[in-house]
Amino acid sequence: MTSVLVCVKRVPDVSGEVLLTADAQAVDARYVGFTVSAHESCAVELAVRVAAGDGATVLTLGPAEAVEQLRSALGVGCTAATLVEADTAGYGPADVAREIAAVVADHEAAGRRHDLILLGNDAADTGDFQVGIRLAHELGRPVVNGVKAVEVADGVVTARGDGPDGGVETFRVPLPAVVTVLEGGVEPRYPTITGRMKAKKVAVETVAPHRAPDGPGRVRLTLPPAQPSSVEVLGEGPAAAPAVVDLLHSLGVSR
Amino acid sequence: MASVPPSARVVVIGAGIVGNSLVHHLARLGWRDIVQIDKGPLPNPGGSTGHASNFIFPVDHSRELADLTLDSMRQYREMGVFTESGGYEIARTPERMEELRRRMSSARAWGIEAELVSPDHVVVKVPFLDKNKILGAFWTPSVGVVDSLRAGTLMREAAMALDALTVVPTVEVTGLDVEHGRIRRVRTSGGDIEADTVVIACGVWSPRIAAMAGAAIPLTPAVHQMISVGPVPQLAEREGEISFPIIRDMDTFCYERQHGADMEVGSYAHRAILHDPSEIPSIEQAKLSPTEMPFTSDDFDPQLEQALELMPDALGADGAEIRYAINGLLSLTPDGAPILGETPEVKGLWSAAAVWIKEGPGVGRAVAEWMTHGHSEIDVHHSDIARFHPHQRTRAHVRSRTSEAFNKTYGIVHPGEQWAGDRGKRLAPMHAAEAEAGAVFFETAGWERPFWYASNEALLGEYGDAVMPREHEWDARWWSPIINAEHLAMRERAGIVDLSAFAMFDVVGPGACDAVQSTVVAQADVAEGRVIYTPVLDAKGGFRSDLTVMRLAHDRYRVVTGGAHGMADLKWFTDRAGDRAQVVDLTSAYTTIGLWGPRARDVLGALTDDDVSDSGFGFLTCRGVEIDSTSVLASRISYVGELGWELYVPMEQGARLWRLLHEAGRPHGAVPVGIGVYGTTGRLEKGYRAYGSELDAERTIVEAGMARPKVKAADFVGRDAYLAQRTAAPQAVLCTLTVDDHVSASGVKRYMLGGEPILTRDGATLTDGHGHHPYVTSAGSAPSLGRHVLLAYLPPDQATVGNGLAVSYMEELYPVTVGSVDATALFDPANERVR
Amino acid sequence: MILVMAETDAGGVTEVSRETLTFARALDEVHAVLVGTAPDGAAAELGAYGVTAVHHAVGEAFSAYGGAVWATAVRAAQAATGATAVTAAGTPRGNEVLAHLAARLGVPMAANVVATSGDAASLVVSRQVVGGAVLERMRLDDRPAVFSVAGHAVEAHPAATAAPVEVRELTPEVTDADLVARVVSTEPGEPDRSGSLRSARVVVGAGRGAGSADGFDAVLELAGLLDGALGVSRVVTSLGWRPHHEQVGQTGSRISPDVYLPCGISGAIQHWAGCESSKTIVAINTDPDAPMVTRATYAVIGDMHEIVPAISEEIRRRRG
Repeated sequence: MTSVLVCVKRVPDVSGEVLLTADAQAVDARYVGFTVSAHESCAVELAVRVAAGDGATVLTLGPAEAVEQLRSALGVGCTAATLVEADTAGYGPADVAREIAAVVADHEAAGRRHDLILLGNDAADTGDFQVGIRLAHELGRPVVNGVKAVEVADGVVTARGDGPDGGVETFRVPLPAVVTVLEGGVEPRYPTITGRMKAKKVAVETVAPHRAPDGPGRVRLTLPPAQPSSVEVLGEGPAAAPAVVDLLHSLGVSR
Repeated sequence: MASVPPSARVVVIGAGIVGNSLVHHLARLGWRDIVQIDKGPLPNPGGSTGHASNFIFPVDHSRELADLTLDSMRQYREMGVFTESGGYEIARTPERMEELRRRMSSARAWGIEAELVSPDHVVVKVPFLDKNKILGAFWTPSVGVVDSLRAGTLMREAAMALDALTVVPTVEVTGLDVEHGRIRRVRTSGGDIEADTVVIACGVWSPRIAAMAGAAIPLTPAVHQMISVGPVPQLAEREGEISFPIIRDMDTFCYERQHGADMEVGSYAHRAILHDPSEIPSIEQAKLSPTEMPFTSDDFDPQLEQALELMPDALGADGAEIRYAINGLLSLTPDGAPILGETPEVKGLWSAAAVWIKEGPGVGRAVAEWMTHGHSEIDVHHSDIARFHPHQRTRAHVRSRTSEAFNKTYGIVHPGEQWAGDRGKRLAPMHAAEAEAGAVFFETAGWERPFWYASNEALLGEYGDAVMPREHEWDARWWSPIINAEHLAMRERAGIVDLSAFAMFDVVGPGACDAVQSTVVAQADVAEGRVIYTPVLDAKGGFRSDLTVMRLAHDRYRVVTGGAHGMADLKWFTDRAGDRAQVVDLTSAYTTIGLWGPRARDVLGALTDDDVSDSGFGFLTCRGVEIDSTSVLASRISYVGELGWELYVPMEQGARLWRLLHEAGRPHGAVPVGIGVYGTTGRLEKGYRAYGSELDAERTIVEAGMARPKVKAADFVGRDAYLAQRTAAPQAVLCTLTVDDHVSASGVKRYMLGGEPILTRDGATLTDGHGHHPYVTSAGSAPSLGRHVLLAYLPPDQATVGNGLAVSYMEELYPVTVGSVDATALFDPANERVR
Repeated sequence: MILVMAETDAGGVTEVSRETLTFARALDEVHAVLVGTAPDGAAAELGAYGVTAVHHAVGEAFSAYGGAVWATAVRAAQAATGATAVTAAGTPRGNEVLAHLAARLGVPMAANVVATSGDAASLVVSRQVVGGAVLERMRLDDRPAVFSVAGHAVEAHPAATAAPVEVRELTPEVTDADLVARVVSTEPGEPDRSGSLRSARVVVGAGRGAGSADGFDAVLELAGLLDGALGVSRVVTSLGWRPHHEQVGQTGSRISPDVYLPCGISGAIQHWAGCESSKTIVAINTDPDAPMVTRATYAVIGDMHEIVPAISEEIRRRRG
């Protein structure tokens, strides 16, 4: 029996050219929409697998629209959801960790203990690399960072991740614990239609923030200057094939 | 950075299905030095073509769209990019079953094989569909899918093989230079191209490009949501992209289309989500492509449930996941038709926009023919960009109408259905008085026109069953027996009709006579004060319009034409005015009031001291009359077959004239009469043809039965073709038919509304010399005859008075008899009443 | 004084740590922290990069990596020195240890900094966010200022004059809680299917331009002819056309082949993050303005479906 809480963040689904909002405080998502980071998608997948029949709760701190991200997680197998409704821009990583900890405490007071808390390694937008660790400190729990595989047995979570020199490192910590997940260890599933319909029927718990945030210290965002191009065009169309092969020869990668 | 040639015979902007089809057909028709550009890469530059679901259902209630689709299917087949799958349009409700029966009418009329089938028929071919959810289906075996990107590549290659085309991808248009009203240059990120002809085939971006030249292409990008679910085991079992028929779940506004192992589910059910052309991301800014916007899942959730309900075993299968979901952008127009042709604002600047995959190659051919010859084989006047009145080009109008139209994509739309949004925008000066009289307003070209008046309800008692009441709700929708009562009152006494929606323009200047003479069929070099009614033809002898022209002075003609087609007529005359004449739009300067009926002369005579006797004011003449202190231009003409006048006064005096006519008419029993009489009952009794119904560019004067004994000596557009038509045997003959028995199998009297196929008495198909099947072009009551009247082009061997045929309505046959095989009216055939 | 947590491997101080030292040296006097076993000569190497003192945490507690216990060592060094700033390379471990430290100290932490401005009282850092596509200017008002330095923020180079290094052994007090989450074992790992991709000398890349799941035959053939591997963009795996282990990018494999041939890949930032270390990039794309093309060393403009088979054919022809 492992009760899992997985935390996600609604972030712009950027891919190509990035646009900033007029006040330069955020990425403008109007053309790309919102998603959660790939790390968090894997965390959700692991949460659903680890929780098995016991149910996984998904949590986010964000605007009312972040329910969309909660529903996505519910659509792939999470069974309960909590929204801490707040303007994300005003929250630094310490604020976010404190609010998650407050929900965990409230849930525990209500008889819902979250043995394992999963987060993404870092948010795709702010890249803070610290919410999971700060959360562990708030809760007084051990934390394992940046792993790709998580298993739970006999009250112990075994987590595996890539070490700095290519090996696979194993951590073993007793529950309750916090683990942050890096993309690549599992294939996140897509929602099924039935999953999506089930998700629609789940009542999302919406709570107000616990206290006023200290803020992220953000002054403003800027876009780095474009790199000048120094590309040499070998040609157009199939006619350029000999030039490409000449080049591959000169680079020593084709006999 | 790509660079463009410095000049071109024609620049086609856009390499989606439309631009690609267009360059192919232009090259085929002999054009050379064609330059095609697109801001995106090839073969998928990122427009709507790139994410289209690419399936084609040929049956549409619009003949124009059906013909463009059939032509496109033929072209796709010839290119080898068409895969026939068959398709079902399924019904979950009795109302939809009725609509599918109506769809059968259109299929028979356009000659498309189709069949109404049982749920069992559906599940034989689509075994994973729950047959208990449906009542029946409309089966079209020729439905299929195309590879629209491959088709585009093949068509570009065909044009390049003729050495006619240079394609430059990844250059963006930065400006269009116009000099003296004519396009001169396309400015691009890769350099400038000098060109006198430029075509905008830019789909959802078209308005933005057109605006660079000060022209309007009134469409809006709108979202069509689509998801892809898979892998679905039932689909994965079979090889290839598609082997199961496509399902259109009409009542939920959704479709299910196999794509390999995946099922694409698309929706037209969600709220209308409109974008602005300037708010579409660039290729770099977009997540997928510029026209694949982020999916808004909440909007789609109801459709998921309905789709799952229909195909629980397939869409609910283990592992069938939603792997791709987009808010795809497509183009919507205020009236649902494409936007084709030369822009009225800029000479040489053409539009080929708001075209879907199913019409793409057909539109490419039609526009290329139009650019080459001035006309196309398939009549595309409903799609003519010149059709828009100024208010119809505004953003507010486009957004209002497209919002309303979006959910009608799969809707059941009554032929008389009125728009709810953006109403009340063009009001006749007598609007308040009309509203007070309980006018029920229908809209034409923005004008609010009384269709009938509640104040005339009392007439129903007066005429009893002569008003031909309709029992069936569908037949009686957007209709009232009051129309027929007003008709009878007009024929018996007099009717006063608001005709403010007429479009009106003057041709003035020393060359006015030449300009009109060379544009219209009838002799226009007539005495001042003469009124002519005349067809207007294109060079191949098809109808461009029919209208009336008054010669007001030696150098001034006034053209009066219908509101719906008025702006296209304005462009047609303007294009042909030459240097010595000018065309001046007066539509909003004058209002028109019709006064007709046996007492019309008494009513007008009571208001003026001028001579309105037949000898003093003959038929087909016009002149000024004084009514009190109002100077009125009166024209003795009639579209309802009664004695009377059209009275033209400045807008600001319209309300007053309206009031005076009613005051003078009251002692004579004159009543206000709506457009229901003017447009339908009055004209049908007289066999008068209407442009857009009986008359279009695929019809000839001879076939329409409108040939006069002589053809004027002066040259005019279409004269050679017309002379040839007069000597050839007609391939079809426009006839008037009457319905002999209205009682359906269930004992309800039914009344056809138009569009129904004409068959033999025992239901066999008829085919005319063009290979077309006869269908009802206009239908309506003829209250003075006590009959329901239909107009239809019949094969010549069927066009004999007294010939017994049948009309198919909602898949039942009703006997009809040919009453007239030429323009001879069933009512007052000698035309004595207009005297 | 600024304290740098230096990471080492068998070759000595890692390159990213040397970059961090170079970065820190421009700001203030630099001390370094080494945790656990370090290769011989590490202290001297640190000295060459201008470090004046090395705080080396030794003992059984530091024999295996653990974020919390390493942070205890760094905290002890900071407390001992009164350093006003603590930094490390923006690696998984660097960020993790600094996050623990910041949480304990109750101060903010800025990850992946590329530049700093301001003075001791009001430090403002520029750091990479949104996968490096955006820079955030962020205030770090608390002391010590805690931040990690992004890879490639500066080029590593030794100090003009090497300082004499004082090595101070550090034996901080370690709690049981510090030791709960530590590496308990390290294995070479199961054969990683993306291994061949990461070690390949030639990678042929394919993106959305492949068109469908069936559109990879030609690129696979070319990769085979060059004894290379196939790498794909994120959208390709998202659409289910190819498996995730073939993905190159920020959230896939980071590759550094001799030659990378991205075909039909526009060059979204996530992808660029995974391939920017390639020595030579030969982009094949229909769009000459695509980011991948403008950033490449060489490019061929056109449809990959035509060009890739032509290259394969040319190779086969020359090989007879």
